Amino acid sequence: MSYQFLQNYWWCLVSLLGALLTFLMFVQGGNFWASVLRINDSQRRMLFNSTGRKWELTFTTLVTFGGAFFASFPLFYSTSFGGAYWVWIIILLTFVFQAVSYEFQNKKGNIIGAKPFQIFLCINGILGPFLVGTAVGTFFTGSAFTVDKSAIYNGGSPVISTWANNFHGLEALAQPWAVALGVAVFLLAAMLGALYLLNNIEDETLHPTLRKGVLWSGLAFVVVFVTWLIHLYITDGFAVNAEGIVSMEPYKYTHNFVANPIVLAALFLGVVFVLFGWFQGAFTTSVLGIWFAGIGTVLAVLAIFLVAGINGTAYYPSNVDLQSSLTIRNSCSSPFTLKAMFWASLAIPFVVAYIAYAWHAMDKKKLTTEEIDKADIKY
Amino acid sequence: MLAATLVGWSRLQFAMTAAYHWIFVPLTLGLSIIVAIMETLYVVKGDDFWKNVAKFWMKIFAINFAVGIATGIILEFEFGTNWSNYSWFVGDIFGAPLAIEGIFAFFMESTFFAVMFFGWNKVSKRFHLASTWLTALGAAISAFWILVANSWMQHPVGTEFNPDTVRSEMVSFWAVVTNPIATSKFFHAVFSGWMTGAVVVAGIGCWYLLKKKETRFAYASIIVACCVGLSGGVATMLTGDSSGVKAAKYQPMKLAAAEGLENGGPRAAFSIVPGVKIPAMLSILATHSVDGYVPGINNIIEGYTDNEGNVELSVAEKMERGSQAIQSLKQYRENKESDPELAAAYLADFRENEKYMGYGYLNAPEDVVPNVPLVYWSFRVMIGLGSFLMLLLIVLAWLSWKKKLENFKWLQVVALLSIPLVYLCGQAGWIVAEVGRQPWTIQDLLPVGVAVSGLNPAAVQTTFFIFASVFALFLVVELSIIVKAIAKGPEL
Repeated sequence: MSYQFLQNYWWCLVSLLGALLTFLMFVQGGNFWASVLRINDSQRRMLFNSTGRKWELTFTTLVTFGGAFFASFPLFYSTSFGGAYWVWIIILLTFVFQAVSYEFQNKKGNIIGAKPFQIFLCINGILGPFLVGTAVGTFFTGSAFTVDKSAIYNGGSPVISTWANNFHGLEALAQPWAVALGVAVFLLAAMLGALYLLNNIEDETLHPTLRKGVLWSGLAFVVVFVTWLIHLYITDGFAVNAEGIVSMEPYKYTHNFVANPIVLAALFLGVVFVLFGWFQGAFTTSVLGIWFAGIGTVLAVLAIFLVAGINGTAYYPSNVDLQSSLTIRNSCSSPFTLKAMFWASLAIPFVVAYIAYAWHAMDKKKLTTEEIDKADIKY
Repeated sequence: MLAATLVGWSRLQFAMTAAYHWIFVPLTLGLSIIVAIMETLYVVKGDDFWKNVAKFWMKIFAINFAVGIATGIILEFEFGTNWSNYSWFVGDIFGAPLAIEGIFAFFMESTFFAVMFFGWNKVSKRFHLASTWLTALGAAISAFWILVANSWMQHPVGTEFNPDTVRSEMVSFWAVVTNPIATSKFFHAVFSGWMTGAVVVAGIGCWYLLKKKETRFAYASIIVACCVGLSGGVATMLTGDSSGVKAAKYQPMKLAAAEGLENGGPRAAFSIVPGVKIPAMLSILATHSVDGYVPGINNIIEGYTDNEGNVELSVAEKMERGSQAIQSLKQYRENKESDPELAAAYLADFRENEKYMGYGYLNAPEDVVPNVPLVYWSFRVMIGLGSFLMLLLIVLAWLSWKKKLENFKWLQVVALLSIPLVYLCGQAGWIVAEVGRQPWTIQDLLPVGVAVSGLNPAAVQTTFFIFASVFALFLVVELSIIVKAIAKGPEL
C-alpha cells in the first residue's frame, strides 16, 4: 500500500463518517420538531423517546468521526480545534447537554424540571447541525490560521498552529457561504428528522403535521443547498501543485468534479435520492422516505467532503497565509499509523452489521403513545 | 514557554474534566458486571426476582451512564481545543487508540446499552442477556484503549521522532498496545471500578437494611456486589503492586514524590506517614529486592548510579543535552536543502540527544519535581481507603452470607457512609498517576508548557467556569434523581 493510497483511503473514510454523521443528525432534526410543534405532552414525550432510542448512535458517530480525524489527520485536529476554539466548544456544549437531557428530563427528582432539558434538546437540534455545517463550510471559504513547525525549536511561543484573530472561529458566522452550508445542514437535519419520525412512530394525528414539516423544511433545504452548490461551481478553489504550493484556481471545485466523474455522479444520485425521499414524505402515504433521503444524504455529503480534498485541493485552507493551508498530504499521519489503522478499519462493516441487526430487532414494532404511556422504562 | 496562567488554566480545565469523568466511569465498569451477573442468575434460575433486581440496578446504571458519555466527549475535544501542540506532536500515536476505541468499544457499548435498557419486551431473553454482557465488555474495551493512550504518555514506547515532520511517529503498534504500563493500568483501573460498583451497591443495600425494607433484595444485591468487589479488590492490589514496580522503573520521580523520598539509595525505607518508616520496605516493594536502588528526589535532580552501574544524568545535564537536541533539530531543518552534509551531521547530533529533548524546554532542574505533598498524601489516601474498603467488603460478605447483617446496624451505617470514600480512593489514585508525572505531558519528551494551544488565558478561564457550572448542575440533578430512585426502591 502506497502512502498516497493510504492518505486517500483515510480521506474517504473520514468523509464517509462525516456523511453518516450528517444522516444521523435526523436525531437533532427530530428534536427540533419535538420542541416546536404544537402537540400535546404525551405526543411530545413519544417524539423525544423516538429520537431517544437513536441518539447514542449519532453521538458515538460524532465521537468516532472526531477520533478518526484526529488519528488520520492530526494537523487538522490540532489546528482547527485549538484555533476555532469557540465554535468547537459551543458544538461540544450543545451535544453534552443533549446527552443528559434524555435521561434527566422526566425522572423523579429532576429538581429543575423537564422544560430546561427540552430547551437544551431544541438548542442542540438547531445549533448542532448548523454549527457543524458552518464548520464544514469553512473547508471552502478558508479560515484564519497559520502553521509554522519551526515554532517548536525557535524559542518564544512553541505553538505550531496559531489563529490570526481573537474570535477563534466565531468569525465564520460573518462568512455568508459558510453560514449558507450551516443553514442547509440544519434544514436537511430537520427534513430527515421529520422523515424519521414518520417512519418510527404510529400516530394518526401526528403524521399530517410531520408531512407538512417534511414539505417545508425540504423545500427550504433545496433552495439553500442548490444556491450553495451553484456558488461552489463558480467559486475559486484552493489548489495545491505537486510541490505542495497552494494557489487560487478559478472553478477549482468544478474541475474536481469533472476530473472525478464518479464523485459528481454520487452527488447527483444523492440529490435525486434526497428529493425522492422528500417527495415520498411530503406527498405520499409512504413512510420509507427516511431511507431514500438517508442514502441520498450519505452520497451527497460524501461527494462534498471528497471534492474538498481530492485532485490537489487544500481541504482546510488558510485565508491569511495560503501556504499554511492543510491538504490530505501535509496534514496526515505517518504511513505506518495509516496502515495500522487501515487494518483496524476493516472491522467497520462488522460493526455496522451488528448495529443494523440490533436496530432492526428493536424497531420491529412502531412506537405509539400507548406504548410510551405504559412503558416502565422510558425517557 | 507560554504564559504560566494559560498552562495553569488549561491544566485545571483538563484535570477537572478528567476527575469529573472518573466519577461516572468506575461505577459504569463495576455496575455493568454486577448487573450482568444478576441478569444471568435470572436467566439460569428463571426466577423473576432476579430480573427485578437487575432492572433496578440497570436504572441506576443508566442515569450514571448518561453523564459518563456526556463528559467523555469533552475530554476528546479538549485534546484538540486546549492541547493543540500536543495533538500535532503525538496525534500519530495517540489518535489511533482513540479512533479504535470509537470503532470497537463505543458502538458496542451504545448499541447494546439501548437493547439492554429498552429491549426487555422486544428481544429474546438470550439476546437481552448477551446485550447486557456486551455492554459491560464494551465498557471494558473502551477503558483498555483509552488507558493504552494514557500509558503511552507515561512511557512512550514504539515511537520515533521524525525531524522532517517535527513530531513523534509510531513505529510499532504492538509495542504501544503491549506497553507494560498499559497492562497494569488497565487491570488496576477496571478492577478498581469493580470495587466502586461493589461498594456503591453494598452501601445502598445496607440503606435498605437500615430502613428494614426490601430485605431479600438488599441481601441479594450485597452478596453479588461483594463477590464482584472482592475479586476486583484482590486484582486491584496485585496490579497496584506491579504499577509501583513499573513506576520505579520508568517514572522514578513519580515514585519518589509518592513516597516523599528526598534522598534514596539501596534499602530505601517505606514511609507510612511522615516520621513512621519501615526500613528497606520501599526497595522491596519497588524492586522486589532488599538491596534495590530507589532514587530520591535529590538523587534524580543531581544524577545517580544505580546498583547495576547504570548512570543517570543530572537534570541540569539533561537540560543541556535537551537544548542541544532542539538546536540540532533547528540546524538540521534549516540546512536540509542547502547543505545536506552539514544537515546530516546535525541530525546525528540530534539523535544523540533526542532522548532528553523535553528537558530542553525546562527553565530549572527543580521543574521536574511534581507537587510532592499532594502526590504523597493522595498515595496514602488511596492505599488507606482501599485497604479499609477491602476489609469492609469481606465483613459484609461474611455477614450477608450468614444472614446476620441486619443485626449490625452500625456496620450498615459504615457501609452507607463508605460510598463517598470509594470515589475519594479512585480520585486519589488518579492524582498520584497524573500529578505525579508533572511537568510531563509525555514523559521526558513534551512538558505541559509546550503542549498547549495558543489561546488567550481569559478564554480558557471562561470555559473552565462554564464547564464547572455545567458539571455542578449535572451532579446535583443526577444525585437527586438517584436518591429518588433508591427511595422508590425496586419493583419486586
